[in-house]
Amino acid sequence: MMFRVLATLALIASPVVAAVANSVAVVSDMFVEKTVAQPGAKPKVVLVKQKSGPPGTTLVFTHSYRNGGKAPAANFAMTNPIPSGVDYVGSDDAIAVVSVDGGKLFGPLAVAKVRAADGTLRAARPEDVTHVRWTLKAPIPVGGTGKFSFKGVVK
Amino acid sequence: MGFYMSDQTFSRVTRRWAYAAAIGVAMTSATSAYAVGTTAGTTISNTATATYTDPGGNPVSVPSNTVDLRVDEVLDVTVVTAEAGDVASQPGATNQVVSYTVTNTGNGSEAFRLTPITAIGGDAFDPTATSIVIDTNGNGVYDAGVDAVYVSGTNDPVLAPDTAVKIFILSTVPGSATDGQRGQIDLTATAVTGSGPAGTNFPGQGTGGGDAVVGTTTASGRDDNFFVVSAATVALVKTAAVLDPFGGTKSIPGAIITYTLVATVSGTGTLANLAVGDPIPAATTYVPASITAQSAAITDATDADTGEFAASRVSVRFGGVAGGQTRTVTFKVKIN
Repeated sequence: MMFRVLATLALIASPVVAAVANSVAVVSDMFVEKTVAQPGAKPKVVLVKQKSGPPGTTLVFTHSYRNGGKAPAANFAMTNPIPSGVDYVGSDDAIAVVSVDGGKLFGPLAVAKVRAADGTLRAARPEDVTHVRWTLKAPIPVGGTGKFSFKGVVK
Repeated sequence: MGFYMSDQTFSRVTRRWAYAAAIGVAMTSATSAYAVGTTAGTTISNTATATYTDPGGNPVSVPSNTVDLRVDEVLDVTVVTAEAGDVASQPGATNQVVSYTVTNTGNGSEAFRLTPITAIGGDAFDPTATSIVIDTNGNGVYDAGVDAVYVSGTNDPVLAPDTAVKIFILSTVPGSATDGQRGQIDLTATAVTGSGPAGTNFPGQGTGGGDAVVGTTTASGRDDNFFVVSAATVALVKTAAVLDPFGGTKSIPGAIITYTLVATVSGTGTLANLAVGDPIPAATTYVPASITAQSAAITDATDADTGEFAASRVSVRFGGVAGGQTRTVTFKVKIN
């Protein structure tokens, strides 16, 4: 409620600046993927919030966005540099593209190539990924929400 | 897990990517900086950035909140023999050395408890482990009085991740062990923080403040070494041939007796400093310059060659003789 009042006031003073202010908020989270044995059934994979984990731990990173502004947000993209100490595993999001060159070029991992130590080009592997990016074609409408995620593993 | 672009919007990206790959712009980042995993206690922080265009057409950049994960310690260790094969020894030998390499394959600095094991089935004898020594000067060789003697709980070796130390066990081989017998001696190294089935968790006990988790090695390593008794024994056979002055073989005064001493060494080892000696029998006189060793003449004088006649005694020295070989000495006496 407070926000709405402020936004309205700002809109009168300077419409452009007002729309910029806090239009889209992103909340990020990290979960540890755990396999829980189920007596008499297949093991269940659950996501738990955890402050620590050993190397080999599978992590699920999520980014939830919400357009809390008064206008649609166009050309929305999220870029996540893979943190050091983590190997990229993959993303279930169809629109996720990756970079293997430090964020200069993005594309599907399936067509990415990296230069091996001996100078030859080889197909990129998930652990070569340096950045993951999601780009929305359509503007996020006012109040629109969504969520991206990718998996990594502690090196 | 792959995700393929079906949407036309992304074909442009794909083409550009393919071009970049063809001219080799993409660079490798294939090698991990960590051989045994990210160091325990490291904080992994993740932050993403959202960008979009505001209604005025201006780009906006918004960072996400940062999420952190502290890397737990994985407890892992390996023990591998540093001997090329069985270590040769002798019955009753003391301070016999076997060596092992203990490697911290975990991701945190860790102390390891060392224990020798000698009571093992399937071998012929149990060596007695008298001490464990840490290769403190790092030269890979046991240096008596230089390398530190290990005292459990006092100087448990602390190893950084992915580092190793050589450990020596000094043993006594029982005097009852016989040639060719093998005795097994193992070394175990166990993480002081704890060990157990993989996945066992020690909350808050990890290096760097996180948990310590037992890895695939169960945080305990063990390997074996063997002593093999390499002993040698000698059997001496003495024969005599008599030649009397009349061409016969009667032991009468004036007859010449040729003595032949054959030393036969057997066993898998080498007999050190084999010497063959024989006093001249009573009522006989040594025939000067009659000593031979391996059919070669030996002078009577006590000099540089390997034998002599001195103090009414014939002596010949052969040095080290390996099992399976013989040494033959002959000399002559005349019956008085």
